[in-house]
Amino acid sequence: MDIKLWINGKLIKDSVEPDTPMLEYLRSKGCYSVKRGCETSNCGLCTVWLEGKPILSCTLPLMRADGKHITTLEGLQSEAEEFGAFLADEGAEQCGFCNSGFIMNVLAMKRELKNPTEEEIKEYLAGNLCRCTGYVGQLRAIKNYLKSVKGEAGNE
Amino acid sequence: MLRCNEYIFAESLGEAYELNSKKSAAIVGGNGWLKLGNRQWGSVIDISRLGLDKITETDESFTIGAMVTLRDIEKHEGLNAYTNGAVKESVRHIVGTQFRNTVTVGGSIFGRFGFSDVLTVFMVMDSFAELYKGGVIPLHEFAKLPYDNDILVNIIVKKTPLKMAYSSFRNQQTDFPVLTFAHAFREDGAFSAIGARPSRAELRRDDESILKDIFSLSYEEAERAVDAYALWISSQYAYESNLRASADYRRHIAEVLARRTVASILDKG
Repeated sequence: MDIKLWINGKLIKDSVEPDTPMLEYLRSKGCYSVKRGCETSNCGLCTVWLEGKPILSCTLPLMRADGKHITTLEGLQSEAEEFGAFLADEGAEQCGFCNSGFIMNVLAMKRELKNPTEEEIKEYLAGNLCRCTGYVGQLRAIKNYLKSVKGEAGNE
Repeated sequence: MLRCNEYIFAESLGEAYELNSKKSAAIVGGNGWLKLGNRQWGSVIDISRLGLDKITETDESFTIGAMVTLRDIEKHEGLNAYTNGAVKESVRHIVGTQFRNTVTVGGSIFGRFGFSDVLTVFMVMDSFAELYKGGVIPLHEFAKLPYDNDILVNIIVKKTPLKMAYSSFRNQQTDFPVLTFAHAFREDGAFSAIGARPSRAELRRDDESILKDIFSLSYEEAERAVDAYALWISSQYAYESNLRASADYRRHIAEVLARRTVASILDKG
């Protein structure tokens, strides 16, 4: 099947099998940040944005992205690096396997929620699982990051 | 993983219906459930280009397109104002934000899954399933029907005045529910729906009038009525065991959720 889509702003016209999973296709295009985890729509490792909204690329069929824009971590590199530094400061990067999907969802949350409470942060990110340890370090990193971003916005 | 020989974007509901008449065809919503099977489908039919991804609110009703996502109903101000936040409460525990941005109301309702929070919450409202061939039928009647090749087009919720609440119980966060419970006080009576027993949700009316005039009772009288109703409504259903919980445990949880949910409506007045 013919498909036309934008991956990180780059227009791609391609011919694909009708049941090509979005996750596999993105990896075949060099987006190795998109990880296969549970493959049952539970872990959030495969999170990408479709038209700016976080979705699961292991779940939504690739063809649903025809004519649409997909963003992966590779398309948000500087922003991801900035937040990644906050994760590292708190020792929350851990093994790193869940980080890309997790960062994609944190950056989506930053755009969607204004001044989220701790409960709202936890609820928004409930679909990002980490098997290394708890989520306390990640939560500290998010709070510090949001405080930093808010400070920068206030100084402008 | 979803496997198919062809993936077709339907250009009309008529075309989708024709294509879906084959046993080897399936309509895909968000693919949350279809992908978990092993079947090789002949045709997978996509109805996402038919304008069914909108919630239309009028003075009389909400019309929720089959391709509206769970996240859309979670965030819809009108729907949540009308239901006292019950719609949001029913979906906010489902996996995660990304999942709810992916899967659809139509997929959840048409699937009539036993675990469906969505089916349970809409069932206690004055709600209807609009089918392409089958017309508009009450949602609680639709939920009893066997699967066929019709297409769910919209869920219609009439703005009948109501006071409602929703609750569910999960063994752990983001898991399938062990039990789901919704209750609504409407002009035509008090209604409860219990799902995930683990079979699909069913609607019951307070035919014993246990909750009659409850808003005018004293606190103590209302508390006794709620206790009696919780005991009665939980006894009106059959429960079964599965990996998540035993039938006895579900029966106990049903009584607890009934008491808490109905009481939460009274607390809000």
